[in-house]
Amino acid sequence: MVPTDLRYTNDHEWVRVVGDEATIGVTAYAADQLGDIVFVDLPDVGRSVEQSAAFGVVESVKAVSDLFAPVSGEVTETNPDLGRNPELVNSDPYGAGWMVRVRLGDAAQLDALLDPDAYDALIAAG
Amino acid sequence: MPYGPHTADDRERMLGALGLTSVDQLFEDIPVALRASRLDLPDPEPELELAARLTGLAARNRTDLASFLGAGVYRHWSPPAVDQLLLRGEWYTAYTPYQPEVSQGTLQSIYEYESLLAELVDLDVVSASHYDGAAATAEAALMTCRATRRDRVLISRGVHPHYRETTRTYFEGGLDLEEIPLVADGEAAGTTDLVALERMLAEPGRPVAGVIAAQPDFCGLLEPMPEIGRFAHAAGALFVAVVEPVSLAVLAPPGAYGADIAAGEGQPLGIAPQYGGPYLGILASTDALVRQIPGRLVGLTSDLDGKRAFVMTMRAREQDIRRDKAASNICTNQALLALAAAIYLATVGPHGLRDVAALGAARAAELEAALAAVGVDRLHRGPYLNEFVIRVPAARAVHRRLLDAGVLAGLVLADAEPDDPSLAEGLLVCATEVTTSDEIARFARAIGAILGAPVAQVAR
Amino acid sequence: MSVTGERLQPTIFELGRHGRGGGKIPHPPADALERIPADARRAVPAALPEMNEADVVRHYVNLSQLNYAVDTGFYPLGSCTMKFNPKLNEWAARLPGFADLHPLAPDEVAQGTLQLLWELERALAEISGMRAVTLQPAAGAQGELTGILMIRAHHRARGEGARDEVLVPDSSHGTNPATASMAGYRTITIPSAADGGVDIDAFRAALGPRTAAVMITNPSTLGLFEARIGELLEAVHAAGALAYMDGANLNAILGHFKPGEAGFDVMHFNVHKTFSTPHGGGGPGAGPVAVGDTLLPYLPEPRVLRADDGSFHLERTGERSTSIGRLRSFVGNTGVLIRAYAYIRAHGGSGLREVSEDAVLAANYLKHRLAGTYDIPYDRACMHEFVASAATIKKQTGVRTLDIAKRLIDYGYHPPTIYFPLIVEEGMLIEPTETESVETLDAFADALIAIAAEATTTPELVSGAPHSAPVRRLDEATAARQPNLRWRPMSGTETPCPD
Repeated sequence: MVPTDLRYTNDHEWVRVVGDEATIGVTAYAADQLGDIVFVDLPDVGRSVEQSAAFGVVESVKAVSDLFAPVSGEVTETNPDLGRNPELVNSDPYGAGWMVRVRLGDAAQLDALLDPDAYDALIAAG
Repeated sequence: MPYGPHTADDRERMLGALGLTSVDQLFEDIPVALRASRLDLPDPEPELELAARLTGLAARNRTDLASFLGAGVYRHWSPPAVDQLLLRGEWYTAYTPYQPEVSQGTLQSIYEYESLLAELVDLDVVSASHYDGAAATAEAALMTCRATRRDRVLISRGVHPHYRETTRTYFEGGLDLEEIPLVADGEAAGTTDLVALERMLAEPGRPVAGVIAAQPDFCGLLEPMPEIGRFAHAAGALFVAVVEPVSLAVLAPPGAYGADIAAGEGQPLGIAPQYGGPYLGILASTDALVRQIPGRLVGLTSDLDGKRAFVMTMRAREQDIRRDKAASNICTNQALLALAAAIYLATVGPHGLRDVAALGAARAAELEAALAAVGVDRLHRGPYLNEFVIRVPAARAVHRRLLDAGVLAGLVLADAEPDDPSLAEGLLVCATEVTTSDEIARFARAIGAILGAPVAQVAR
Repeated sequence: MSVTGERLQPTIFELGRHGRGGGKIPHPPADALERIPADARRAVPAALPEMNEADVVRHYVNLSQLNYAVDTGFYPLGSCTMKFNPKLNEWAARLPGFADLHPLAPDEVAQGTLQLLWELERALAEISGMRAVTLQPAAGAQGELTGILMIRAHHRARGEGARDEVLVPDSSHGTNPATASMAGYRTITIPSAADGGVDIDAFRAALGPRTAAVMITNPSTLGLFEARIGELLEAVHAAGALAYMDGANLNAILGHFKPGEAGFDVMHFNVHKTFSTPHGGGGPGAGPVAVGDTLLPYLPEPRVLRADDGSFHLERTGERSTSIGRLRSFVGNTGVLIRAYAYIRAHGGSGLREVSEDAVLAANYLKHRLAGTYDIPYDRACMHEFVASAATIKKQTGVRTLDIAKRLIDYGYHPPTIYFPLIVEEGMLIEPTETESVETLDAFADALIAIAAEATTTPELVSGAPHSAPVRRLDEATAARQPNLRWRPMSGTETPCPD
């Protein structure tokens, strides 16, 4: 059962919204599929990201995956700990393994995302 | 079939297990209309005959000439220990070390190669090898575009023409490659024109990703590398130095003068000329660019039991994982040649390498003096290490006649650089630690005779 | 049973000592470098190790014994064609007449090598059923780039530069899409059909005015011949696109199928696969490219040409304006090509045909031995390689293909290719080649069957493998997170040598 206060995408990203600030990361399922994360390539602060468009890359020892933005907005912060400790994505994907914070442009975009039950169903289907 | 083990019995046994009577039944997926029936090739030859054929072909090459030809590939003496070690089947019949538990030999030797070259070029990251100096230079140019997100690269005409042509092929249609001219006259003639470079860097609306220059340059001259680097960095561009590894024993390395990337040809490190390859593409960069560097990287780690071990690392950059997003498509590299270079460096050692470079310089000075004594002077005035251009009227014809006299008098520059009229009468000649005083005297005598120098001058 | 030696070695940096070595190079005159300006001189000497020859030799001999190699045992790596590397070829490439020849030597002093290269081109043209060959590319991937750049030049010359897509099947080797990207193309990946072949209908749907080329491996990376290849090639040409064949799997079809005659416009060879040149721990190889009439004008320069008087020469730079130019310096990896030439000469046409027959027979025999123990996803005759899967074993025991591969090391074998192609779950791509005896094939099958049994009875033995290798289950995560790519001296004994 995934955290209930988040929303999810089909590509296994999660987003936590507080006011107009959206925090984005990847789910435990994604981290598990990828294996040991070794590097996360994130956009610079100030860049705009667009819902469903690729905004970065996450690399494991044997695989690589694009990161797709759950919502559009301007990047206000990137997780400074992921440079030295990318393994945080594996050990604490919903907490210390967060990736970017974005100033939410349009709250209505959240309606397009999966709620926790829908995401659980998605990963159960395999 | 010369190397296969299967007897008629073996084949029958395998077919029998499959319930088949003929191996043709295993080729039935090939549509009849597309089936080939035979290969029209010369008959197979048992090894004894094949060996004679190969010996005959090799004998049709002339390698007995007194050679002063360099131009990117240099005659050096490789201690026999190098090739004898390289002939061990565990080295040359091993595959890419994807299974590190059974490949620690290859992996450690490549890590050591990376470390040796890192010392030589004074940069932190060295790839496990690229194809050759030309491909390494082209990939370095592409690195600068990716890293700066700009699409214009300036390459000095002092860089080897093959490297410039190769980079042009890699750039064609998508990116912008421009040549920086060389100074035409005076003390700095034949080196990169810094005034032109500054102007090209300052063009509004056309930011430059990288500036590429060679040390020594194609004509053997020493370039003002620190200045070129400063100009590049002031314009926000990266600086790529194309280098010759033996010279790095005595010349300032790229890391010392601020280069971001070094590319070059590793052939001089104990690898035979072999008419074009296989050679060794050297590609190195600062730590900041490590994720941009193409090709394999071997790193140090530990195993389950805490033992030191070596492994290919940062693999997600490579084509098998990143596929269409990979920086480069390179898969097979020149690993065995990297091993050869490492064994060469371990065998001759730092003093030996320095002596190789210094002896080449000494012989080259001897060559310059011997040629000057018969009235043949250098085209340029600036300092060189062991290669330079001499001015010879009717250079191509003289080169031919010298060949008949058993002297390979370097490279006819009118052929290599047809677009540069200043080189129309140039022969690019070099000397190394294997060049003998006898060969130099022979060259001087022969060219003196051809150009009609008085006998007294030739004899001095 | 241990597959390799056990003697882990210190690095050469740790073995070196100040004052050791020397005796190889004469001393230069003391003033040799005086004329070099001080600001161009190296100020800090490179900290290279100083070793005596005996220690160098021991180091590299001992290191070599940590390697598995074709010369030590069976290497069933699918897609790599790890056949025996004939020793005559090593001798030939080292003949001084070949080895000492400078690549810029005038044509008249290089007639032996030029003749060899020209004859090799003829042979490869015949083998592929194509019109002409370039020997320039240094590897298969560089050959792919050469082919795709020629295709691009062709479309541009016809005013069809707007074609910006390359189609590849999802089973393709990673170099194919990477090559397309390097040439500025977008890759469209087409899912394979259920029988493992290309999905012709899906390809047809994707072909159109934006298609520049399709890149097909035939036989496919699953070891299956594309029976509908004629149909596919017709559709490609009808759409105005060209067909590139990745020749990695040529070992299956020598003398049985000629890509040029079937309709492919261009293909590359991997001489380090099909033509026995050694893999060298990762290289060197060579990737010659063969073309039909359509792409002939665009071949890289310089071509090797034969004059009417029977002599050979290289094309002059710029002589052929339609050429795509150079992909590298000089004429090619000649030393590697000499080995391929010798191999082809040793076999002749009949011998090469037999190579394919024996390779295909051996693969089918091995597949037959393993069926029933391992899943065989494509249950039909294979060509020179086949895919087996441990999917059922994983479901029943939790033991994965990775574990089985590592356990093979304990049995004295190099693992097969694993998890490629990506479309097979828990896949193992197995290619025995034609140079392994029936006894070796049987012993390998026995080992794999024994490991499958271990997965049921003592799974930890498999999942904890290898147990007998010099190092085991390396920490690849740390190696990638905190890369250590360069040795740093840790004590004072290996000091840099003073000038």
